[in-house]
Amino acid sequence: MIQIQTVSHRYGDREVLSDINLSLVEDRIGVIGANGSGKSTLARLLNGLVVPSTGRVLVDGMDTARDGAGVRRKVAFVFSDPDAQIVMPTVGEDVAFSLRRHGLGKQEVADRVRDILARFGLVGHSDHPAHLLSSGQKQLLALASVLVTEPEVLVCDEPTTLLDLRNSRQVAGLLAGLPQRVVLVTHDLELLQGWQRVLVIDGGRVVADGPAAQSIGHYQSLMGAGRTC
Amino acid sequence: MLTSVYRPGTSLLHRSGAGVKLLGLLVFSTVLVAGRSPVTVLLCAAVVVGLYGIGGFGVRMLAAQLWPLRWIVLLLVPFQWWTAGWQTAVTVVGTIVVAVVGAALISLTTRVTDLLDVIARLLQPARAIGVDPERVALLLALTIRAVPVIAGTLQEARDARRARGLEHSTRALVTPVVVRTIRHADRVGDALAARGIDD
Repeated sequence: MIQIQTVSHRYGDREVLSDINLSLVEDRIGVIGANGSGKSTLARLLNGLVVPSTGRVLVDGMDTARDGAGVRRKVAFVFSDPDAQIVMPTVGEDVAFSLRRHGLGKQEVADRVRDILARFGLVGHSDHPAHLLSSGQKQLLALASVLVTEPEVLVCDEPTTLLDLRNSRQVAGLLAGLPQRVVLVTHDLELLQGWQRVLVIDGGRVVADGPAAQSIGHYQSLMGAGRTC
Repeated sequence: MLTSVYRPGTSLLHRSGAGVKLLGLLVFSTVLVAGRSPVTVLLCAAVVVGLYGIGGFGVRMLAAQLWPLRWIVLLLVPFQWWTAGWQTAVTVVGTIVVAVVGAALISLTTRVTDLLDVIARLLQPARAIGVDPERVALLLALTIRAVPVIAGTLQEARDARRARGLEHSTRALVTPVVVRTIRHADRVGDALAARGIDD
Protein backbone atom coordinates (compact mmCIF):
# COMPACT_ATOMS: atom_id res chain seq x y z
CA MET A 1 0.00 0.00 0.00
CA ILE A 2 1.15 3.54 -0.76
CA GLN A 3 0.23 6.20 1.78
CA ILE A 4 0.63 9.89 1.15
CA GLN A 5 0.35 11.70 4.47
CA THR A 6 -0.21 15.49 4.64
CA VAL A 7 2.22 16.01 1.78
CA SER A 8 3.06 19.43 0.36
CA HIS A 9 5.83 20.17 -2.09
CA ARG A 10 7.51 23.36 -3.24
CA TYR A 11 9.92 24.18 -6.04
CA GLY A 12 11.54 27.30 -4.62
CA ASP A 13 8.70 29.68 -3.73
CA ARG A 14 6.13 27.87 -5.86
CA GLU A 15 3.93 25.36 -4.07
CA VAL A 16 3.06 22.58 -6.53
CA LEU A 17 1.31 20.18 -4.14
CA SER A 18 -0.67 21.20 -1.10
CA ASP A 19 -1.77 19.03 1.82
CA ILE A 20 -2.32 15.75 -0.03
CA ASN A 21 -3.65 12.76 1.91
CA LEU A 22 -4.17 9.54 -0.01
CA SER A 23 -4.06 5.77 0.45
CA LEU A 24 -3.45 3.99 -2.85
CA VAL A 25 -4.55 0.36 -2.71
CA GLU A 26 -6.35 -0.18 -6.02
CA ASP A 27 -4.68 -2.08 -8.89
CA ARG A 28 -5.41 0.58 -11.50
CA ILE A 29 -5.11 4.24 -10.51
CA GLY A 30 -5.17 7.11 -12.99
CA VAL A 31 -4.02 10.67 -12.39
CA ILE A 32 -5.27 13.49 -14.60
CA GLY A 33 -5.01 17.26 -14.53
CA ALA A 34 -4.03 20.28 -16.56
CA ASN A 35 -0.40 21.07 -17.41
CA GLY A 36 1.36 22.37 -14.31
CA SER A 37 -1.33 21.03 -11.96
CA GLY A 38 1.19 18.96 -9.97
CA LYS A 39 0.33 15.48 -11.24
CA SER A 40 3.87 14.65 -12.41
CA THR A 41 5.27 15.75 -9.07
CA LEU A 42 2.71 13.54 -7.34
CA ALA A 43 3.86 10.61 -9.50
CA ARG A 44 7.51 11.31 -8.73
CA LEU A 45 6.78 11.24 -5.01
CA LEU A 46 5.73 7.62 -5.28
CA ASN A 47 9.18 6.15 -5.92
CA GLY A 48 11.23 8.77 -4.12
CA LEU A 49 12.36 10.70 -7.21
CA VAL A 50 10.93 13.72 -5.42
CA VAL A 51 10.97 13.90 -1.63
CA PRO A 52 8.12 15.94 -0.14
CA SER A 53 8.88 19.33 1.41
CA THR A 54 6.50 18.45 4.24
CA GLY A 55 4.63 15.27 5.14
CA ARG A 56 5.71 11.78 4.12
CA VAL A 57 5.13 9.06 1.55
CA LEU A 58 5.15 5.45 2.72
CA VAL A 59 5.39 2.42 0.45
CA ASP A 60 4.55 -0.73 2.40
CA GLY A 61 5.68 1.17 5.47
CA MET A 62 8.98 2.39 3.95
CA ASP A 63 9.49 6.15 3.95
CA THR A 64 10.60 7.36 0.50
CA ALA A 65 12.79 10.03 2.14
CA ARG A 66 14.70 7.55 4.29
CA ASP A 67 14.69 4.34 2.28
CA GLY A 68 14.65 5.48 -1.32
CA ALA A 69 16.60 2.45 -2.56
CA GLY A 70 14.13 0.03 -0.94
CA VAL A 71 11.18 1.96 -2.35
CA ARG A 72 12.62 1.95 -5.87
CA ARG A 73 12.98 -1.84 -5.75
CA LYS A 74 9.21 -1.98 -5.25
CA VAL A 75 8.07 0.96 -7.35
CA ALA A 76 9.27 1.30 -10.97
CA PHE A 77 8.86 4.45 -13.02
CA VAL A 78 8.43 5.05 -16.75
CA PHE A 79 8.77 8.51 -18.31
CA SER A 80 7.16 9.99 -21.40
CA ASP A 81 10.44 10.19 -23.32
CA PRO A 82 11.95 6.70 -23.66
CA ASP A 83 15.14 8.12 -25.22
CA ALA A 84 16.07 9.51 -21.83
CA GLN A 85 15.54 6.13 -20.24
CA ILE A 86 17.48 3.90 -22.59
CA VAL A 87 21.06 3.66 -21.38
CA MET A 88 22.70 0.86 -23.33
CA PRO A 89 23.40 0.64 -27.08
CA THR A 90 21.37 -2.49 -27.82
CA VAL A 91 17.88 -3.59 -26.77
CA GLY A 92 18.89 -6.73 -24.86
CA GLU A 93 21.72 -4.95 -23.09
CA ASP A 94 19.42 -2.18 -21.90
CA VAL A 95 17.06 -4.66 -20.29
CA ALA A 96 20.00 -6.58 -18.77
CA PHE A 97 21.37 -3.31 -17.40
CA SER A 98 18.45 -3.07 -14.97
CA LEU A 99 19.52 -6.38 -13.42
CA ARG A 100 23.16 -5.39 -13.10
CA ARG A 101 23.08 -4.89 -9.35
CA HIS A 102 20.68 -7.72 -8.56
CA GLY A 103 23.41 -10.32 -8.05
CA LEU A 104 22.01 -12.71 -10.67
CA GLY A 105 24.09 -15.14 -12.72
CA LYS A 106 24.64 -14.56 -16.45
CA GLN A 107 22.28 -17.34 -17.46
CA GLU A 108 19.47 -16.09 -15.23
CA VAL A 109 19.90 -12.55 -16.56
CA ALA A 110 19.82 -13.88 -20.14
CA ASP A 111 16.67 -15.93 -19.40
CA ARG A 112 14.84 -13.02 -17.79
CA VAL A 113 15.82 -10.67 -20.61
CA ARG A 114 14.61 -13.14 -23.23
CA ASP A 115 11.32 -13.72 -21.40
CA ILE A 116 10.46 -10.05 -20.97
CA LEU A 117 11.44 -9.18 -24.56
CA ALA A 118 9.17 -12.00 -25.75
CA ARG A 119 6.30 -10.61 -23.65
CA PHE A 120 6.76 -7.19 -25.22
CA GLY A 121 7.21 -8.42 -28.79
CA LEU A 122 10.84 -7.34 -28.92
CA VAL A 123 12.58 -10.70 -28.83
CA GLY A 124 13.77 -10.41 -32.43
CA HIS A 125 15.29 -7.02 -31.65
CA SER A 126 17.55 -8.07 -28.78
CA ASP A 127 20.79 -7.26 -30.62
CA HIS A 128 19.44 -4.24 -32.51
CA PRO A 129 20.71 -0.73 -31.71
CA ALA A 130 18.13 0.73 -29.31
CA HIS A 131 18.27 4.20 -30.88
CA LEU A 132 17.06 2.79 -34.20
CA LEU A 133 13.77 1.44 -32.78
CA SER A 134 10.49 3.19 -33.56
CA SER A 135 9.01 5.46 -30.85
CA GLY A 136 6.51 2.79 -29.89
CA GLN A 137 9.18 0.10 -29.66
CA LYS A 138 11.36 2.42 -27.58
CA GLN A 139 8.53 2.93 -25.10
CA LEU A 140 7.97 -0.84 -24.98
CA LEU A 141 11.70 -1.25 -24.31
CA ALA A 142 11.52 1.35 -21.53
CA LEU A 143 8.64 -0.61 -19.97
CA ALA A 144 10.44 -3.94 -20.39
CA SER A 145 13.60 -2.49 -18.84
CA VAL A 146 11.83 -1.53 -15.62
CA LEU A 147 9.47 -4.51 -15.44
CA VAL A 148 12.30 -7.06 -15.74
CA THR A 149 13.16 -6.26 -12.12
CA GLU A 150 9.65 -7.46 -11.17
CA PRO A 151 8.49 -4.41 -9.21
CA GLU A 152 5.20 -4.45 -7.31
CA VAL A 153 4.03 -1.07 -8.58
CA LEU A 154 4.55 0.66 -11.91
CA VAL A 155 4.21 4.44 -12.12
CA CYS A 156 3.97 5.85 -15.66
CA ASP A 157 4.22 9.57 -16.36
CA GLU A 158 2.45 10.19 -19.68
CA PRO A 159 3.93 7.12 -21.40
CA THR A 160 1.86 7.56 -24.57
CA THR A 161 2.38 11.29 -25.14
CA LEU A 162 4.95 10.79 -27.92
CA LEU A 163 3.20 7.83 -29.55
CA ASP A 164 0.80 7.54 -32.48
CA LEU A 165 -2.62 5.99 -31.97
CA ARG A 166 -1.56 2.42 -32.80
CA ASN A 167 1.47 2.47 -30.50
CA SER A 168 -0.52 4.27 -27.83
CA ARG A 169 -3.15 1.51 -27.89
CA GLN A 170 -0.46 -1.18 -27.78
CA VAL A 171 1.12 0.37 -24.68
CA ALA A 172 -2.33 0.85 -23.12
CA GLY A 173 -3.15 -2.82 -23.76
CA LEU A 174 0.08 -3.92 -22.14
CA LEU A 175 -0.48 -1.70 -19.11
CA ALA A 176 -4.01 -3.06 -18.71
CA GLY A 177 -2.72 -6.63 -18.68
CA LEU A 178 0.11 -6.20 -16.18
CA PRO A 179 -0.07 -8.09 -12.90
CA GLN A 180 1.48 -5.08 -11.13
CA ARG A 181 -0.43 -2.22 -9.57
CA VAL A 182 -0.28 0.64 -12.09
CA VAL A 183 -0.43 4.36 -11.41
CA LEU A 184 -0.83 6.16 -14.72
CA VAL A 185 -0.47 9.92 -15.22
CA THR A 186 -1.99 10.85 -18.55
CA HIS A 187 -3.82 13.40 -20.67
CA ASP A 188 -5.36 10.58 -22.68
CA LEU A 189 -8.74 10.09 -20.98
CA GLU A 190 -9.55 7.09 -23.20
CA LEU A 191 -6.73 5.14 -21.57
CA LEU A 192 -8.46 5.36 -18.21
CA GLN A 193 -11.88 4.03 -19.25
CA GLY A 194 -12.96 1.46 -16.68
CA TRP A 195 -10.12 2.14 -14.25
CA GLN A 196 -10.94 1.58 -10.59
CA ARG A 197 -9.84 4.96 -9.34
CA VAL A 198 -8.91 8.24 -11.01
CA LEU A 199 -7.54 11.28 -9.18
CA VAL A 200 -8.04 14.76 -10.60
CA ILE A 201 -5.32 17.23 -9.61
CA ASP A 202 -5.87 20.96 -9.93
CA GLY A 203 -3.69 23.70 -8.46
CA GLY A 204 -1.73 21.18 -6.43
CA ARG A 205 -4.81 19.65 -4.73
CA VAL A 206 -6.88 16.53 -5.31
CA VAL A 207 -10.21 17.93 -6.44
CA ALA A 208 -11.87 14.66 -7.42
CA ASP A 209 -11.21 11.06 -6.43
CA GLY A 210 -13.42 8.22 -7.57
CA PRO A 211 -14.15 5.69 -10.32
CA ALA A 212 -12.98 6.65 -13.82
CA ALA A 213 -16.34 7.79 -15.21
CA GLN A 214 -17.07 10.06 -12.25
CA SER A 215 -13.60 11.65 -12.07
CA ILE A 216 -13.27 12.09 -15.84
CA GLY A 217 -16.67 13.83 -15.88
CA HIS A 218 -15.51 16.14 -13.10
CA TYR A 219 -12.27 16.89 -14.98
CA GLN A 220 -14.09 17.64 -18.21
CA SER A 221 -16.44 20.08 -16.48
CA LEU A 222 -13.46 21.65 -14.70
CA MET A 223 -11.66 22.21 -18.00
CA GLY A 224 -14.82 23.47 -19.66
CA ALA A 225 -15.44 25.94 -16.82
CA GLY A 226 -11.90 27.27 -17.20
CA ARG A 227 -12.37 28.23 -20.84
CA THR A 228 -12.11 31.93 -21.54
CA CYS A 229 -12.74 31.88 -25.28
CA MET B 1 25.54 7.36 -37.14
CA LEU B 2 27.32 4.99 -34.78
CA THR B 3 28.99 2.43 -37.07
CA SER B 4 30.68 0.25 -34.47
CA VAL B 5 27.75 -1.02 -32.43
CA TYR B 6 27.83 -4.71 -31.47
CA ARG B 7 26.91 -7.05 -34.32
CA PRO B 8 25.87 -10.51 -33.15
CA GLY B 9 27.80 -13.47 -34.48
CA THR B 10 29.44 -16.77 -33.62
CA SER B 11 32.98 -16.17 -34.89
CA LEU B 12 36.10 -16.85 -32.84
CA LEU B 13 36.28 -13.13 -32.03
CA HIS B 14 32.66 -13.06 -30.84
CA ARG B 15 33.29 -16.06 -28.61
CA SER B 16 36.53 -14.71 -27.11
CA GLY B 17 36.32 -13.03 -23.71
CA ALA B 18 36.17 -9.24 -23.52
CA GLY B 19 39.26 -9.21 -21.27
CA VAL B 20 41.29 -11.23 -23.78
CA LYS B 21 40.27 -8.88 -26.59
CA LEU B 22 41.14 -5.76 -24.60
CA LEU B 23 44.52 -7.26 -23.72
CA GLY B 24 45.05 -8.13 -27.39
CA LEU B 25 44.21 -4.56 -28.36
CA LEU B 26 46.69 -3.25 -25.82
CA VAL B 27 49.49 -5.47 -27.16
CA PHE B 28 48.55 -4.68 -30.76
CA SER B 29 48.51 -0.92 -30.14
CA THR B 30 51.84 -1.07 -28.32
CA VAL B 31 53.49 -2.88 -31.24
CA LEU B 32 51.87 -0.45 -33.70
CA VAL B 33 53.07 2.66 -31.88
CA ALA B 34 56.50 1.29 -30.89
CA GLY B 35 57.22 0.13 -34.47
CA ARG B 36 57.15 3.70 -35.82
CA SER B 37 57.61 2.67 -39.45
CA PRO B 38 55.50 2.31 -42.58
CA VAL B 39 56.31 -1.41 -42.63
CA THR B 40 54.90 -1.91 -39.12
CA VAL B 41 51.79 0.06 -40.07
CA LEU B 42 51.27 -2.06 -43.19
CA LEU B 43 51.78 -5.32 -41.29
CA CYS B 44 49.36 -4.23 -38.55
CA ALA B 45 46.85 -3.10 -41.18
CA ALA B 46 47.07 -6.57 -42.75
CA VAL B 47 46.43 -8.14 -39.34
CA VAL B 48 43.35 -5.93 -38.83
CA VAL B 49 41.97 -6.82 -42.27
CA GLY B 50 42.51 -10.49 -41.47
CA LEU B 51 40.74 -10.12 -38.12
CA TYR B 52 37.74 -8.46 -39.81
CA GLY B 53 37.59 -11.54 -42.02
CA ILE B 54 37.77 -13.86 -39.00
CA GLY B 55 35.01 -11.81 -37.34
CA GLY B 56 32.79 -12.43 -40.36
CA PHE B 57 32.84 -8.81 -41.53
CA GLY B 58 33.30 -7.88 -45.16
CA VAL B 59 34.81 -4.95 -47.00
CA ARG B 60 31.66 -2.87 -46.46
CA MET B 61 31.96 -3.04 -42.68
CA LEU B 62 35.65 -2.19 -42.87
CA ALA B 63 34.83 0.79 -45.09
CA ALA B 64 32.12 1.92 -42.65
CA GLN B 65 34.75 2.13 -39.90
CA LEU B 66 37.18 3.99 -42.17
CA TRP B 67 34.69 6.53 -43.50
CA PRO B 68 34.38 8.66 -40.32
CA LEU B 69 38.20 9.04 -40.34
CA ARG B 70 38.32 10.60 -43.81
CA TRP B 71 38.75 14.18 -42.57
CA ILE B 72 41.65 13.23 -40.30
CA VAL B 73 43.34 11.50 -43.23
CA LEU B 74 42.68 14.34 -45.67
CA LEU B 75 43.99 16.97 -43.25
CA LEU B 76 46.91 15.15 -41.67
CA VAL B 77 48.46 13.37 -44.66
CA PRO B 78 49.32 16.52 -46.69
CA PHE B 79 50.43 18.35 -43.56
CA GLN B 80 52.72 15.54 -42.35
CA TRP B 81 54.05 14.91 -45.86
CA TRP B 82 54.88 18.60 -46.28
CA THR B 83 56.49 19.04 -42.84
CA ALA B 84 58.17 15.66 -42.28
CA GLY B 85 58.07 13.58 -45.48
CA TRP B 86 55.93 10.73 -46.82
CA GLN B 87 57.27 8.10 -44.44
CA THR B 88 56.21 10.08 -41.39
CA ALA B 89 52.85 10.84 -43.01
CA VAL B 90 52.19 7.13 -43.61
CA THR B 91 53.41 6.19 -40.13
CA VAL B 92 51.52 8.82 -38.14
CA VAL B 93 48.22 8.76 -40.02
CA GLY B 94 48.40 5.01 -40.61
CA THR B 95 48.94 4.39 -36.89
CA ILE B 96 45.83 6.43 -36.00
CA VAL B 97 43.65 4.77 -38.64
CA VAL B 98 44.78 1.19 -37.92
CA ALA B 99 44.41 1.71 -34.14
CA VAL B 100 40.88 3.13 -34.45
CA VAL B 101 39.69 0.50 -36.92
CA GLY B 102 41.26 -2.22 -34.76
CA ALA B 103 39.51 -0.86 -31.65
CA ALA B 104 36.22 -0.75 -33.55
CA LEU B 105 36.54 -4.50 -34.07
CA ILE B 106 36.22 -4.93 -30.30
CA SER B 107 32.98 -2.89 -30.27
CA LEU B 108 31.65 -4.92 -33.19
CA THR B 109 32.27 -8.29 -31.54
CA THR B 110 31.74 -7.50 -27.84
CA ARG B 111 28.60 -6.55 -25.93
CA VAL B 112 28.99 -3.32 -23.98
CA THR B 113 27.84 -5.10 -20.81
CA ASP B 114 30.76 -7.55 -21.17
CA LEU B 115 33.18 -4.64 -21.60
CA LEU B 116 31.70 -2.92 -18.55
CA ASP B 117 32.14 -6.09 -16.48
CA VAL B 118 35.83 -6.21 -17.42
CA ILE B 119 36.34 -2.49 -16.75
CA ALA B 120 34.55 -2.76 -13.39
CA ARG B 121 36.74 -5.77 -12.48
CA LEU B 122 39.95 -4.02 -13.53
CA LEU B 123 39.04 -0.98 -11.46
CA GLN B 124 38.32 -2.94 -8.27
CA PRO B 125 41.72 -1.99 -6.73
CA ALA B 126 40.82 1.68 -7.26
CA ARG B 127 38.12 1.28 -4.58
CA ALA B 128 40.92 1.82 -2.08
CA ILE B 129 41.20 5.44 -3.23
CA GLY B 130 37.43 6.02 -3.34
CA VAL B 131 36.72 5.18 -7.00
CA ASP B 132 33.44 3.27 -7.57
CA PRO B 133 34.18 0.87 -10.48
CA GLU B 134 30.47 0.43 -11.29
CA ARG B 135 30.05 4.17 -11.52
CA VAL B 136 32.99 4.48 -13.92
CA ALA B 137 31.55 1.66 -16.03
CA LEU B 138 28.17 3.44 -16.02
CA LEU B 139 29.85 6.67 -17.10
CA LEU B 140 31.40 4.88 -20.07
CA ALA B 141 28.05 3.33 -21.01
CA LEU B 142 26.34 6.71 -20.88
CA THR B 143 29.07 8.26 -23.02
CA ILE B 144 28.61 5.57 -25.68
CA ARG B 145 24.83 6.03 -25.53
CA ALA B 146 25.13 9.82 -25.81
CA VAL B 147 26.73 9.68 -29.27
CA PRO B 148 23.58 8.81 -31.30
CA VAL B 149 21.37 10.99 -29.07
CA ILE B 150 23.49 14.11 -29.58
CA ALA B 151 23.88 13.31 -33.30
CA GLY B 152 20.06 13.19 -33.55
CA THR B 153 19.69 16.46 -31.65
CA LEU B 154 22.23 18.10 -33.94
CA GLN B 155 20.37 16.93 -37.03
CA GLU B 156 17.05 18.24 -35.69
CA ALA B 157 18.61 21.60 -34.79
CA ARG B 158 20.09 21.80 -38.32
CA ASP B 159 16.66 21.13 -39.84
CA ALA B 160 14.99 23.68 -37.53
CA ARG B 161 17.62 26.26 -38.45
CA ARG B 162 17.03 25.66 -42.15
CA ALA B 163 13.24 25.84 -41.66
CA ARG B 164 13.63 29.30 -40.11
CA GLY B 165 15.89 30.47 -42.96
CA LEU B 166 18.91 30.80 -40.64
CA GLU B 167 21.25 28.37 -42.45
CA HIS B 168 24.37 30.34 -41.57
CA SER B 169 23.57 31.19 -37.96
CA THR B 170 25.89 29.41 -35.55
CA ARG B 171 23.77 30.56 -32.60
CA ALA B 172 20.64 28.99 -34.11
CA LEU B 173 22.50 25.67 -34.20
CA VAL B 174 24.57 25.69 -31.02
CA THR B 175 22.01 27.11 -28.56
CA PRO B 176 19.27 24.49 -29.05
CA VAL B 177 21.81 21.66 -29.14
CA VAL B 178 23.40 22.76 -25.85
CA VAL B 179 20.04 23.40 -24.16
CA ARG B 180 18.53 20.10 -25.32
CA THR B 181 21.67 18.15 -24.44
CA ILE B 182 21.61 19.55 -20.90
CA ARG B 183 17.88 18.78 -20.59
CA HIS B 184 18.51 15.28 -21.90
CA ALA B 185 21.28 14.79 -19.31
CA ASP B 186 18.83 15.93 -16.63
CA ARG B 187 16.18 13.47 -17.78
CA VAL B 188 18.71 10.63 -18.01
CA GLY B 189 19.76 11.41 -14.43
CA ASP B 190 16.11 11.17 -13.32
CA ALA B 191 15.64 7.94 -15.26
CA LEU B 192 18.75 6.35 -13.74
CA ALA B 193 17.59 7.36 -10.28
CA ALA B 194 14.13 5.94 -11.01
CA ARG B 195 15.68 2.64 -12.13
CA GLY B 196 17.62 2.51 -8.86
CA ILE B 197 20.95 2.47 -10.71
CA ASP B 198 22.57 4.88 -8.27
CA ASP B 199 21.20 3.29 -5.07
